[in-house]
Amino acid sequence: MNFGKQLKEGVLTQNPVLVQLLGMCSTMAITTSLSNGLGMGVSVLIILTLSNIIISALRKIIPDKIRIAAYIVVIAGFVTMVDLLLQAYLQDIANSLGVFIPLIVVNCIILARAESFASKNGVLASAVDGITQGLGYTLVLLVMSVIREFLGSGTFGGGILNGGEGIRIFPESYGALMMVLPVGGFLTLGCLIALMQWAQNRSKEGKK
Amino acid sequence: MDWQTLLSIALGAILVNNFILVQFLGICPFMGVSKKMDTAVGMGFAVIFVMGLASALCYPVNLLLVKLDMEFMQTVTFILVIAALVQFVEMFLQKTIPSLYEALGVYLPLITTNCAVLGVVLLNVQNDYNFIESVVYGLTGGVGFLLAIVLFASIRERLAFNAETPKCFEGFPIALITAGLMALAFSGFSGLQVF
Repeated sequence: MNFGKQLKEGVLTQNPVLVQLLGMCSTMAITTSLSNGLGMGVSVLIILTLSNIIISALRKIIPDKIRIAAYIVVIAGFVTMVDLLLQAYLQDIANSLGVFIPLIVVNCIILARAESFASKNGVLASAVDGITQGLGYTLVLLVMSVIREFLGSGTFGGGILNGGEGIRIFPESYGALMMVLPVGGFLTLGCLIALMQWAQNRSKEGKK
Repeated sequence: MDWQTLLSIALGAILVNNFILVQFLGICPFMGVSKKMDTAVGMGFAVIFVMGLASALCYPVNLLLVKLDMEFMQTVTFILVIAALVQFVEMFLQKTIPSLYEALGVYLPLITTNCAVLGVVLLNVQNDYNFIESVVYGLTGGVGFLLAIVLFASIRERLAFNAETPKCFEGFPIALITAGLMALAFSGFSGLQVF
């Protein structure tokens, strides 16, 4: 088991959002403040790890033909658990994430990892895979929400720091409202993926 | 129940709160299937069909769940209903209209994991829509999806031939930027009030 290698893959070279291009919907929809990004990232991290463990433990029992349906049931079970926990203990985050918490069920990252990793590898490796891929996802969400929140409303750490208002960096009226609207999501993610492709091209050239 | 409510739901779902460009539901097929015009159109119609049918089917299912006091099972039940529905539609098309079935190909089973379908069902419950409103919201949400994906596919077809993109923006990033500009155009509808 090579934790370091899997960590590097999950966060950089095989990052679920920036390289595998999975889970776009939630990435762009909820990254308007740091607390949203963190809440969503950690929820997905937990669900991904748990469903990877269960699916890999059951991988020899689940018949091949109905495996997708079986995976979805496992994932939906964990999503419901996280949904109820968030509503009970972190009401604010549950409200601002809204419909996107139950929609984690159809987040392609979780199903893709179940199909391509957990169904072929042992329990421990799958757990590590869930954690590292989840970390990669969370990291992208954090970067995106920091950028969008800063440009859009001029704050840092909205919902967490400074009693939930965030640390103000420049006056709110100077912010580009566009960045908090859907447009900002598309533009920020587009630029981040372009940056990733640029870095990959450079490292390829460096090896030659 | 009057036609004004239905009209404002319909306009809302198609333009003001377009599922893809404003609510970010269904981005994966939007990005994946929009390289060619004809597959985009096929996908759009399949999504209209499944979204309408899913809204209609999940309404009684939700009533049953509420009656049994088991609302916490909504996510699990809805996704199973949708998965079964898509499977059924697939078999039905294969038997009756094989030409359409072949045209849609692999995209048909993928509708199960389209967040727009699960999203519309959950939003129906959240907004407390009755049966007719749910079906209208489902169908028009699908129409909004079709509109966005057809516009996007036609832009991408031209982009592929005419544009000189910087190397690092090639492929996916430039598509996202394009979609962003489309979303900017659609946010112009947000002031639209029907009645």
